[in-house]
Amino acid sequence: MRPRFTGGPPRRSPGPPRFTGGPLASAEGVTKQFGELVVVDGVDLTVAAGEVVGLIGANGAGKTTLIRMLLGLLAPTAGRVRLFGEPPSRRTRSRLGYMPQSLGLYKDLTVAENLAFSAAAYGSTDARLEGELAEVRDTLVRDLPLGLRRRAAFAIALAHLPDLLVLDEPTSGVDPLQRARLWETIRASAEHGAGVLVTTHHLREAEQCDRLVVLAAGRVVAAGSLAEIVGDTAAAEVRTSSWEAAFTALDRAGLPVSLVGRTLRVPAADPTAVHQLLAAAGVPAEVTQVPASFEETFVVLAA
Amino acid sequence: MSWGCRGLTVRYGATVGCEDVTFEVAAGTVAAVVGGDGAGKTSLLRALAGTARPAAGAVRRPDERRLGYVSAGPGVWADLTVDENLRFAGRAYGLDAAELDRRIGELLERTGLASARDRLAGRLSGGMRQKLAMAMAVAHEPDLLILDEPTTGVDPVSRAELWRLLAAAAAGGAAVVVATTYLDEAERAATVLVLDRGRELLAGTPDELLAATPGLVVEGTDRPRGVPSWRRGARWRAWSPDGSIPAGSTPATLDLEDTVIIAQLAQDERRRGAA
Repeated sequence: MRPRFTGGPPRRSPGPPRFTGGPLASAEGVTKQFGELVVVDGVDLTVAAGEVVGLIGANGAGKTTLIRMLLGLLAPTAGRVRLFGEPPSRRTRSRLGYMPQSLGLYKDLTVAENLAFSAAAYGSTDARLEGELAEVRDTLVRDLPLGLRRRAAFAIALAHLPDLLVLDEPTSGVDPLQRARLWETIRASAEHGAGVLVTTHHLREAEQCDRLVVLAAGRVVAAGSLAEIVGDTAAAEVRTSSWEAAFTALDRAGLPVSLVGRTLRVPAADPTAVHQLLAAAGVPAEVTQVPASFEETFVVLAA
Repeated sequence: MSWGCRGLTVRYGATVGCEDVTFEVAAGTVAAVVGGDGAGKTSLLRALAGTARPAAGAVRRPDERRLGYVSAGPGVWADLTVDENLRFAGRAYGLDAAELDRRIGELLERTGLASARDRLAGRLSGGMRQKLAMAMAVAHEPDLLILDEPTTGVDPVSRAELWRLLAAAAAGGAAVVVATTYLDEAERAATVLVLDRGRELLAGTPDELLAATPGLVVEGTDRPRGVPSWRRGARWRAWSPDGSIPAGSTPATLDLEDTVIIAQLAQDERRRGAA
């Protein structure tokens, strides 16, 4: 039997009363070891109601393992994980909305069938598809363009009005306007009291988060607002009439040089040293110190 | 020397990949092609690389031996080692043994893949695989390097390394075309082409695109009324087409992300008007 969608405002799913007080999710000194390999090493993390927390890290930094422990899919080797004040369980699972990078939709089912399946699994009855998603309700997920597929996955992850949303690379591959619209949905959930944990490789998206936690090699190497993390990290900016020669000289010297238009930037480098290096290579240039971007700060932190 | 296309249309049966697209990339520069899934980036790049036949328009590209192309997707031979992949690519482009050894040594060093030299490409992380694919495409120092979303799904550290590699190719004189969905990457390119549903939405240098953006971008803590708006973090941004400042908002510093969002909003508006 298929649940029917009757429209009307969505109601909170039946089940235990809503958790109040304290962080929605927390990891305290959480470590995960696979044999000799320490993948997550003493990590502290909290997500409170109404905030969007960004979990940032290079591949292999331990993001996925940490999320799997928070979701209760994996037991920590040491430390403590709490969801809504208790150990992760079936009971806590029903208050979670999780959107994996692969979106987690059944491609051979329609949008409405995916929603019905998810609603049945979560025991929620009222959910509806709006706007463009209502127009494609009977389309197989495999036939949808990526942007709509992502919006369908969002609608489904949000349908049971979860208290905590965990989103893995939520806007990968979509254009700027669609990305902005997806973030509108994420921020609206937070404004309605949900806590949101987001992973992203797109560091510009870090701007969308209230707080960031940066992981490198299993440890938290920085945490706080974007401005706090960047702090006074600086970059050397190189202006020259021959960027090609300057780039080649700095690159050969093993500096992490990047090209921006016709300007070069070297994060965390001493401008005087950069200037001397270029002078020795016979490249006239003007080198100044400028504030580093978040991406540059991240590369320095991850090193 | 420059490469590119004029009035290019690519079709797959009844489906239009891209339509009437004109694009140019000069030697020694990086050009970014920006758009979401289905915008037409891959069709344009395939036509430039010679793997898609134009339904209309003209393409100007170097001889295929002077071209390097990394398609979207794996782009490496999973059952070959890193070293074997590089050798295979180098031989296919006609490098002799001595030249091949020199280039492979250099590329392994530059990409940080030296310690993974004997590992099967199928066992590399996503970022390492993309670096290998790019190394294979530049082994013969091509005149035109075409990269289809090399950084999608790649972590920020690998992404920085990939951009260093492609900038190095441009510094060495190659014309580089890179497709991306990220505007912070496009901001680093000399020129930008933004595609939307197969057609050109915007084209120019990043500075030109910013300068040509009509009206004013404002920002505030509450959603401004009566003008198109979008989120940035906990705050709202909005586009005031006539340059007036809506109540409760203040002028914001425009960036390329705003410019593309505004162009998409304006286009949606025109579409609705035409319908």
